[in-house]
Amino acid sequence: MTQAERTYPEPSINMETEAYWAAAKEGKLILKKCNACGKTHFYPRAICPHCQSSDTQWYDASGKGTIYSYSVMRRGPTPYAIAFVTLEEGVSMMTNIVDCDYDALAVGQAVEVTFRATEGDQALPVFKPAT
Amino acid sequence: MSRNSKAYIAGVYEHPTRKAVEQTIPQLHAESARGALQDAGLTMADVDGYFCAGDAPGLGGLSMAEYMGLDVKYTDSTETGGSSYVVHVGHAVNAIAMGKCSVALITLAGRPRAEGIATLGPRDYGNILPDQGFESPYGPVVTNQYGMAAMRHMYEYGTTSEQLAWVKVAASHHAQHNEHALLRDVVTVEDVVNSPVITDPLHRLDCCVITDGGGALVIVSPEIAKTLGDRCSKILGHGEAIKHLNAGNIDLTYTGAVKSGPIAFAEAGVTQADIDYVSIYDSFTITVLETLEDLGFCEKGQGGKFVSDGNLISGVGKLPFNTDGGGLCNNHPNNRGGITKVIEAVRQLRGEAHPKVQVPDCTLALAHGTGGSIATRMGSSTVILGRNDA
Repeated sequence: MTQAERTYPEPSINMETEAYWAAAKEGKLILKKCNACGKTHFYPRAICPHCQSSDTQWYDASGKGTIYSYSVMRRGPTPYAIAFVTLEEGVSMMTNIVDCDYDALAVGQAVEVTFRATEGDQALPVFKPAT
Repeated sequence: MSRNSKAYIAGVYEHPTRKAVEQTIPQLHAESARGALQDAGLTMADVDGYFCAGDAPGLGGLSMAEYMGLDVKYTDSTETGGSSYVVHVGHAVNAIAMGKCSVALITLAGRPRAEGIATLGPRDYGNILPDQGFESPYGPVVTNQYGMAAMRHMYEYGTTSEQLAWVKVAASHHAQHNEHALLRDVVTVEDVVNSPVITDPLHRLDCCVITDGGGALVIVSPEIAKTLGDRCSKILGHGEAIKHLNAGNIDLTYTGAVKSGPIAFAEAGVTQADIDYVSIYDSFTITVLETLEDLGFCEKGQGGKFVSDGNLISGVGKLPFNTDGGGLCNNHPNNRGGITKVIEAVRQLRGEAHPKVQVPDCTLALAHGTGGSIATRMGSSTVILGRNDA
């Protein structure tokens, strides 16, 4: 289970997304939904990509989801698992799967959010097998 | 039968280099352009429309037009990655049909091998790019994104590594006859699945080559085509599409070909059964498998069975593909393969493919380009081409 992990580069942060990254620093995964059409979207935007309303709002995600797909990079100094995780809220996000046996990962596997420090002082949402 | 065509492909050229140590990128563009114009029987002075993508140095086509001494009245620098040049074919047809130009030149060139450009690192566009912060920290590179698509396709449809391997096997059977191909050895399914895993479930031999080089196309009006003889190929249909992550509602088991394909078939007025030869963008084996399904050559999910047992090998299977060896074996200039897809389709329609892989009486061909990433944002473009008398 314990294995070397790659270092995580800093995410680029802008005015539309600074709340997401501030929440991540507090150990929370937050999402954007639209008050006009009710739909959640990812990545978070100031304008709803479903109905173009500007009335979008942050809310706390459950942090639980399932692996939609993944791929373990076997080349390079440190293997890592890239994945798309489909959250309970319905949207899928790109992420890494950590604290896991790379040879035992599976599509459909239940996972939960955890966080990793980046090269700077930002926290990055990643996922691990659900406990 | 003689179908109407609003424009023709009069000239094609694939630069023979695979490692351009002593040539600059503008030089490769210009050498490719010269080759395609010579092939057409035209000169740089005849060109009145110029099309290029992000590989052309400078602002759009401005610097390359100057370098090559072009005097044009129409330009288009649409950038959709490796599919750009297939998009350009469609845009050139539109421009010609609207009377905006009559001889359109399309060029591509690059030298990633000579420059030693790694393909493993994510690209950094800074915080202007809206998706950057939500992807780049997780280490998405070309290979593991296509790996995720393959993994999901396997999960939903039972596709196997052995089935994917057949795509490479077919390409290698064709590449053995191409003196310019980077990889000319015929490989087996076992060779592919026993090659090292790069990123699950893709093996080294599931991945295309990295090559320097370039290519060019010359598209002309029907009036000019009449003066150039019967080597001109008809452009019968064109479609293009952008597929993206759709606000987080993702599906990695299909490509933008589900949109571009039907548009091109409808415009050409032909069906899959009419197509004699296909050039399918083959950045990875999974790219071909999903694209063939999406273009309707088999049912969704049946791509694995369809490509197996040599079905893509010219003279053996039902649907000969990438008879130059494709990106998997021959050439993927500047990591952008769309233009070589069109070039080999034209060779087939002219009867100028290598005799060992030439499709007998090849009348209708399809060329498809994919750009960007199958797992996030991709540009897809399909063209359907016909022999001069099609």
